[in-house]
Amino acid sequence: MTEANSDIAEYSLRLGDDALILAQRLCEWCADAPLLEEDIAIANVGLDYIGRARMFLQYAGELTGSSEDELAYLRDSAEFRNLLMVELPRGDFAFSMVRQYLLDEYESLFFAGLKQSKDANLAGIAEKTLKEVHYHLRRSREWMRRLALGTEESHRRSQDAIDELWGYVAEFFESDEVEERLVGLGIAVERRDLEQAWRASVGELAAKTGLMVPDDDLRQTGGRSGVHTEHLGHLLAEMQFVQRSYPGLKW
Amino acid sequence: MNQRRSASRCAELFDILDEVKDPEIPVLSIWDLGILQDVDLENETVRVVITPTYSGCPAMQQITQDIEAALREAGFTSVEIKQQLIPAWTTDWLDADARKRLREFGIAGPGKTACPQCGSTDVTQISEFGSTSCKSLMRCNACQEPFDQFKRF
Repeated sequence: MTEANSDIAEYSLRLGDDALILAQRLCEWCADAPLLEEDIAIANVGLDYIGRARMFLQYAGELTGSSEDELAYLRDSAEFRNLLMVELPRGDFAFSMVRQYLLDEYESLFFAGLKQSKDANLAGIAEKTLKEVHYHLRRSREWMRRLALGTEESHRRSQDAIDELWGYVAEFFESDEVEERLVGLGIAVERRDLEQAWRASVGELAAKTGLMVPDDDLRQTGGRSGVHTEHLGHLLAEMQFVQRSYPGLKW
Repeated sequence: MNQRRSASRCAELFDILDEVKDPEIPVLSIWDLGILQDVDLENETVRVVITPTYSGCPAMQQITQDIEAALREAGFTSVEIKQQLIPAWTTDWLDADARKRLREFGIAGPGKTACPQCGSTDVTQISEFGSTSCKSLMRCNACQEPFDQFKRF
């Protein structure tokens, strides 16, 4: 495999892992959301992420000779490449919704960039994904307003969530050699360039809703190189156990 | 899209695939929905190109199996189904006739909303997210009936 192809496989794996792990966290709300309509909405969004994960993992698998199922079910935590933020436990509803909002703002910028990729497969997945990100963002923005401008308790919980999540934001905009090489080829998105626009959007919503944007003291990173929080292992234990206990099992 | 079908040398194959309906919306075929993009015959192998509606739509698996079954029944045993993402699927591909059948089935079409039961445009959105990815949950303020709407996408 050429270096470019090996980089593209790694890149596609990273994006697939982001979607797969967040899908798992979102689906933990299924049958447990605060109201029926929200239960349906959160599972719908989770389903979009599963679809996205499959597209990216299929592509990574095509390049490396593995199946999407092998990639999803038979890797251990150090081999996962997702952003740390997506693996954090779901927390309360405010935590899940603030996380979704921060990610939706990021994804709307990221996939608009990836749509221009010179790699036709990545560009195709990005175009499909971006349409879905738009309505995810519409929903999470609305929830941010509702929670932050709602009761004293919903405001406090939203602020607690943003304080807790902020330390994981730096990773959105961190690059490495693999991505640098792909950026040079016009294939990957230069994520550092997204930070200013992202901060502007989040800052604007925070100002309108009375949320305080935290300091940037904590910059927790490592997901892209396989250094994860303890939470990922527990998530994988649940997600992978059927395939681990019954190897090769098919639906 | 229609041109691709009318100009095709495989009109018969398109006709066979008209029998494949969306499992959730049996009044619409995969051609009506724009899921079926193209079909061609090459050395006895039927090559079908489809595009997913929403990336996680669980019906795609069922649709793939139904395509294979319909073609097998018509005597085509070698079938290859390819998924294509560009151009990204849009509800703009639903034509007037498909929208009419959707409405008769009880689902409002994408775009301007009217209650499929009584036709009133005095409606409220209960939730943008409905029973499947492609639908929103609505309520008619005139006849009080809840209904699904195909989301504009």
